[in-house]
Amino acid sequence: MSLGDSATPLGKVRGLGSAQEGGEHWITERVTSIALLLLGTWFIASLLLLPKLDQRTLVEWLHAPSGFIPMALLIIVGFRHALDGVKVSVDDYVHEPGNNFVLNTLLLFLAVAGAAIALFALARIAFGVAG
Amino acid sequence: MANAPSRPLSPHLTIWRWGPHMLVSILHRATGIAVSFAGLGILTWWLFALSNGTDTYADFAKVAQSPIGLIVLIGITWSFFQHLLSGIRHLVMDTGAGFELGINKTFAILTIVGSVLLTALMWFYLLGVRK
Repeated sequence: MSLGDSATPLGKVRGLGSAQEGGEHWITERVTSIALLLLGTWFIASLLLLPKLDQRTLVEWLHAPSGFIPMALLIIVGFRHALDGVKVSVDDYVHEPGNNFVLNTLLLFLAVAGAAIALFALARIAFGVAG
Repeated sequence: MANAPSRPLSPHLTIWRWGPHMLVSILHRATGIAVSFAGLGILTWWLFALSNGTDTYADFAKVAQSPIGLIVLIGITWSFFQHLLSGIRHLVMDTGAGFELGINKTFAILTIVGSVLLTALMWFYLLGVRK
């Protein structure tokens, strides 16, 4: 620091300690994991409780709010959690900043595109012509 | 630090004696990546096929019910359950609990037993009971 000896003790340490931020990625990963504990259990239970897994039954299931809403949440939270999780692996193994940025950006695009396609399909099931 | 190329490396996979906790730790990452790419990929494909009419869904169902399709789906189901259970283990460990050697080992083994059991039960029900 250029303030030298004239700085107060507080002035010397300001900006050097915890910024009270930076942990968002870690926290988000945990929060989405708890949400997915519920949404994932709902998804598996639903598949097991449906009488059949043919197109008609499944479309009817996702037509209803009780199917559509959790499925939309599963898509959004699922892709977000996947993106956050895969980023940890990328950051662990791809150290060169340029490669790291390119790979993480590609994965971001892939996750957003995947979520958009899945949400489009879900919307078409719920609002489009069924069957 | 940049001028110290001969810093000792931390012992890695080839040095440590394998234990359940190591296996579960690595499986958490591997199954997370599997569910992220294969799981969400197939979920998106499945929803798109569902939304696209009876013919497209029949094509999806045919691939899904082929031997290779079933192996992939069972693999993803196991990955999902393993990641879910070891995810719960990580949430517990995030609170600072469960680090005692015996408890940690038991908890690690239980995630594997649980994921195999849940996968077997689910597919026994889907293929054997409900058909």
